[in-house]
Amino acid sequence: MRDVAVVSFAQAPNLRADRERNEVEIVMPVVREALDSVGLEQSDIGFTVSGSCDYLTGVPFSFVMALDAVGAWPPIEESHVEMDGAWALYEAWVRLQHGDIDTALIYSFGKTSLTDLDKVMSCQLDPYTLMPLWPGGISLAGLQASAMLAAGTVSEADMAAVASHSREAAQGNPAIPEAEIPADVDELLSRPRVAHPLREHDIAPSTDGAAAIVLVAGDRAAEVCDKPAWIRGIDHRVDTHAPGNRDLTTCPSARMAGERAGAGRGGIEVAEVYAPFSHQQLLLASELGLGDGVDLNPSGGALAGHTFMVAGLARIGEAARRIHDGTASRVLGHATAGPCLQQNLVCVMEAGR
Amino acid sequence: MAEDLITGIVCPIRLDYTITPGKAQSRFLRGLESGKLLGQRCPATGKVYMPPRGSSPTHGLPTTEEVEVADRGIVTTFCIVNLQFASTVREIPYVCAQILLDGADIPFFFVVQEVDVNEIRMGMRVEAVWRDPSEWGPTLENILFFKPTGEADAPRESYKEHV
Repeated sequence: MRDVAVVSFAQAPNLRADRERNEVEIVMPVVREALDSVGLEQSDIGFTVSGSCDYLTGVPFSFVMALDAVGAWPPIEESHVEMDGAWALYEAWVRLQHGDIDTALIYSFGKTSLTDLDKVMSCQLDPYTLMPLWPGGISLAGLQASAMLAAGTVSEADMAAVASHSREAAQGNPAIPEAEIPADVDELLSRPRVAHPLREHDIAPSTDGAAAIVLVAGDRAAEVCDKPAWIRGIDHRVDTHAPGNRDLTTCPSARMAGERAGAGRGGIEVAEVYAPFSHQQLLLASELGLGDGVDLNPSGGALAGHTFMVAGLARIGEAARRIHDGTASRVLGHATAGPCLQQNLVCVMEAGR
Repeated sequence: MAEDLITGIVCPIRLDYTITPGKAQSRFLRGLESGKLLGQRCPATGKVYMPPRGSSPTHGLPTTEEVEVADRGIVTTFCIVNLQFASTVREIPYVCAQILLDGADIPFFFVVQEVDVNEIRMGMRVEAVWRDPSEWGPTLENILFFKPTGEADAPRESYKEHV
């Protein structure tokens, strides 16, 4: 395997509703910042790949228009995934393994404020038996939380503690300018349920935003970045599509992706996991073997600001940044997709090559 | 037995959207309110994009300079539509064309009418037919369609890079 490192990460502020800027205008400065911080131009990039969802914009092939943000002339080698940008990063990592190019730009964007994300989440379900019921992402997550509570693997207080920590952590994150006011567990538990058993604090607020990452392979990584975040393991796995066919109290795909990416080898100091619901963070921590010694979601995580299609890429970026700034030497970034943590991607990065 | 088989189901899907045009397209839409077609110039190449989306697609740079372009130009390519679409009610056949407006460096798509479909051709000069100004809003619907100007055709040399 070829050594590949995350050398730069940039993200737009996660805003509840960016009414001023369109997708291109949100992406453009983020891509620029990611390239500028390592002194690269688009013409230095061997492969460009993005992640986004046409259902958010309501426009087919909207990712083609977003290419206006990167400067695609002379023609560039380019790809797109209809998924979170973390999967775009995976494609870029595979592309760099081919060995003929050394650099890749990954970006993703999501404007969830244009429509109802919960309804969009229904559209990814089985179109014959489940989607016509419009269960929505929140209700399905509620069923999962109910199953976990019934199994005794989590408590409502555990869930509130996740939310309380997220709110506290997000106060110091410039990418979350509209962080919820911090509150302790007792206060959060006193609030009403909105989708049984979930309370408002258990559900990530939908936001608009974008993120970009630059990957560089081999010796060139150290030339553009003082402390590259070397990808030591990256893997993604999928559970069955039908939530009714799963034991929602477990997440085999997350466990397997974690094992194959090397999460189980220990030594993880910082982990950023993409959990749009509080109970999912607890489930992921368990399946990935992230114990008490791990600094989990110091950014506040997706629970503080959930830009659909971006939150996973941003988790990898936030984790990598702890290598870049020298505050950690082995970190984990995680992304999810599909209903109730159906698909999972784990990326383990280290300071040493 | 066969008549008991369910061979199809109907699943209505509706998603509603609030579109955010963005800063650049907002300036373009405001221009339309007063009957102006405002393109935007690439700071690197000087090319004028119309309608503008706020960036130079070739260089990924913000386009901040507004340039008014003419409401007339050249048909660079076209198609003759022989199907009725649910979203539009027009007498078929009709013509859709890529039109390179004078002053713009990229053609844009519009309906051409008041032309025999057998007469439409590359290089034909066309002009916008506007609604009454009292009906203008921040929308391209201010323009009903384009029609031939009757001028001599533009030489291929003048639009060949846009075909």
